This record gives sequence, C-alpha cells and structure tokens, in this order.
Amino acid sequence: MSARSLPAASSERAVLLIDVLARLLAGAGHVAVGALSPIPGTAALLARALSGGAMRVTVLGSSRHNAFTDGGRELFDCAAQGRIDAFFLGGGQIDGGANLNLVGTGSYPRVATRFPGSFGSAYLYFMIPRVILFREEHSPRVLVPKVDFISAPGASEAGVWRRGGPVALVTGRAVFAFDRARRRFRLTSVHPGETVAGIVAATGFDFDHAETVPETPAPAPEIAALINGPVGREIAETYPGFARRLFGIGATAEENKSEARA
Amino acid sequence: MATGDSGPMIDLDALAARIEDGCRLAIPPDYSGVAMAATRALIARRARNLDLICCPTSGLQADLLIGADCLRMIETAAVSLGEFGPAPRFVKAVRDGAIAIRDATCPAIHAGLQAAEKGVPFLPLRGIIGSDLLAHRDDWRLIDNPYEPGDKLVAVPAIAPDVALFHAPLGDRHGNLWIGRRRELVVMAHAAKATLATVEAVFDGDLLADERWAAGVLPALYVTAVAHAPRGAWPLALSGQYAADADHLDAYRRAARDDDGFARYLARHVAPRVAA
Repeated sequence: MSARSLPAASSERAVLLIDVLARLLAGAGHVAVGALSPIPGTAALLARALSGGAMRVTVLGSSRHNAFTDGGRELFDCAAQGRIDAFFLGGGQIDGGANLNLVGTGSYPRVATRFPGSFGSAYLYFMIPRVILFREEHSPRVLVPKVDFISAPGASEAGVWRRGGPVALVTGRAVFAFDRARRRFRLTSVHPGETVAGIVAATGFDFDHAETVPETPAPAPEIAALINGPVGREIAETYPGFARRLFGIGATAEENKSEARA
Repeated sequence: MATGDSGPMIDLDALAARIEDGCRLAIPPDYSGVAMAATRALIARRARNLDLICCPTSGLQADLLIGADCLRMIETAAVSLGEFGPAPRFVKAVRDGAIAIRDATCPAIHAGLQAAEKGVPFLPLRGIIGSDLLAHRDDWRLIDNPYEPGDKLVAVPAIAPDVALFHAPLGDRHGNLWIGRRRELVVMAHAAKATLATVEAVFDGDLLADERWAAGVLPALYVTAVAHAPRGAWPLALSGQYAADADHLDAYRRAARDDDGFARYLARHVAPRVAA
C-alpha cells in the first residue's frame, strides 16, 4: 500500500521496527497488511503470536495468512463492515497533518517524481480505526511540511463520516504518536543512536516533543527469538527474500539467486 | 454470447485482433492472472488508442502497453513493478504528459465495476472526501445521502469496459473458466461488454458439471472467446501454478529505464510474434 520502502538497514534495526509495530497492534482483533509490506507483515504475525492466537491477521499476497475468497473488493468491504481494526499505510510524502501522498511530487498530473498511486489509502484511512504509518526512510524529502498531493487526508472536517485514521508514525529513526484532535505528531521515542535534535533536523514538519525523549526500547530477547524463529518462518511464505536476508530463514537455491539481484 | 459453430476457442492472434483500437480495456492486478501472452500479441498487432482500466492496479502489463504506445488513457489506483520497483515506462509517460491518467483508489474501481454489474449508473462510497483524487476526478461527484440529508458520499460512475482480458488456470471447450477464488475476474467479466481470456490448460469436459468446481467457475454466459496459452501469464505468476520469473522482471526493470533498452526488450520478446 505504500511507495516502495527501502530495505531495512540491518537485521537488528528490522527486529527493532517489527517489535515497535507489533506493540502498536496489541489488543487488535483483526489486523490486515497490504501488499509489499514485509516489516508490517512480520509485526502482525508477531503480534498474533503474542496474542496467543486471539488476533486474526490477513496478509495480502499470502496464501496461508489470507482467508479472503471474494476477490479484490473483499478487503475494502471487510474494512467498511468494521471487521478490520488495524492497518498500515505509508507514502512517498507524509506531512505533519498525517496527510499521505502516494501519487507524486510537484504539480499534478505532470509530476516531477511519480509514485505508484494511491492504492486503497483514500478509503482505508477512513475505515480502519487504528492506522499505523510506517516509512523506513526518515528524511526531509519524505516527511514534508505539506504534501504536494493528498492521496488520503490525515483528518476530516466535522460532518464527514470517518471511523478511522492515523494513530502513530514509525520510521527507521523514531516513533511519533498522532493527536487527532490537534492534528499534530508528538515524538514518543527515538531509536538507539538517534537524538531529538537529529530527528528535528531530519523532519520537514513541526511536531511536539519534550526536551528529552526516551529511547525506543530494544526488543526483549524472547521477542527477538520469535522474530528470528517461528514468526520469521511464517513471513517467509510471503516474503522469502526478506526473511532470508534478515533472519537467514527459508533460503533455497532459487531464493539465493533472486536475493543476489535485490 | 454468439461464438459460432467452432465454439469459443480461437488462437492467440485472433484473440488479440478482437481488441479493437480505441476500445476500453479492463485488466486484472498482477496477482490475479494477467494475460501476458495475449498482451504481447496485442502489442505485436500495434494496437493504438486503448483506454486501459486497471482493476484496480497493474504492473508489467500496463508498463509494456504504455511503452509500446498502445494507450491513450490509463485509469488506475497504482502502477508498479512491485518488489522490482517503479514501472519505468508508466513513470516517464505520466511525467512527459504522453498519456492521460485518471488516478483512482482501489475501492472506487471495484465500485464502478460493480455498478456496471448491477446495471446502475453509479455507486456511492464512503471515504475519499478531502483527497485530491476527488478534486481531479470530474466524473466523481459529492452527493447527499437521500435518507439523511447533509451526509455526503462520493458517487463513482459505472465502469463498463468494452473488453475484459485475463488469464485463467483452466477452461473447458464450452467457454467455462475456472477462476477459483480470483473473483475480481468475475466482476470484470460481468461489467464488460465482452470477455476475452487465455487459459493455462484446457479441460475436456464440463466445468459446471461438478459442484466442487462450479462455485469457482465463470460461466461461458459471460465469456466471448478463449485462447489456449500455456504459461500465458509469464513472466508474471499464475497463482497456484507458477511463480513470477524474477530474473526476467529484474532484466525488464533495467532495460526499460531508457527508450533504447525498452525498444531492445520489445524487439527480443514481442516483435518476433509479428514475423511468426
């Protein structure tokens, strides 16, 4: 559902991000994950493992973790029925109001940089209560003061039907919470090695933050073991190259070949 | 549909010839069974001025049709080569203004097809309000909920393509197609005026005769013509049958970055059909 995300810089960083995202999913009854989202997909499967099987997870692109049988519309209808509690979205640009741009930069339609397109964002952002924004690249070119094109608005005027929206933004460098009433992000933690000043410099939009902000906690050893073990094997069905590169899981001669090109 | 005495089975070039210049062509997403062999035949016959409706997204198929100058317009929720990155010909054509684009969102395309399925002029949708998609789509309208005035919805018009084109795992000689859980193909066929399909394999028998198959069948009622095309989705995947050809897609991604590389790709993989 997002513009192409950069590969996780390292296995350690990926495990940290998966742990952060999984904690944001706690308590959700049904989590869906869009196409091309290996880190969110792994996080959803981890959250399911930690829920003792109470959580339902739908991973688009998976055969094993996707029970839909009614075609491409079913995800959207299912969300409209209120049967999906949490989802992930990203964007080529994300602004301080949590507006998402999946279309392009510059002036539409002859944009300077063209992204793939809006996918289902303009709909699912309204439908799914807990939308977690995930974009590994944390830079002023991605996190902008104002997006050039609103694929999906972060907030809506009174009177516009809306059940869902953003709750958090997770990047490769930090975690923000989104305050829907104030329409602003607040920095909640910085990943190991990052500083508040560094995050301010790398972020194109204004956001709220305390003088000091906690460090994103490292995953507990048992969580890391789950990700590097059974959960990693589960995501390998959908993202074999990803699972092999980061967790050394599910490698076959075929996948080694495709990884060599990635 | 009338198919003549020979039944619905025709050859690949005859199938491609049924897709006339200037028509509105509906295609499925990459995961659903893409008629790539037929697309190469369509490019080889130098199709022009097609309006492409991606239902609701596309990848290599749209990129090839754009690069080969077959399209006048594309309506889509996204075009990308997936894990292989941006679709190079799509990106270039949109940036250059060489092709008209109607940016959509997946459920709006599904709803437009469903409206055509039901024979109604539009369907209303939640969401979308406040998106710039709506600002740029003069065919999408804000309407009042007739049961609750003041409650706004977005009306999207029916999408009734001239032709739906896809690749199915199995078809019988009557024109019944087994599509399994890929039911977006059913919606496309219901909405389209004509449905052309290639099939991976031909089933000698009646797919509707066995209850275990029947629920996953698009009946011949909706199917205009079928061509047998083994590995007809290559280099894309056919669910349950074969994976995408990653080597080929990666080579395409690199070749299609510039005009010369794309022309060489076409000459190698598409043009030979002209001489054949």
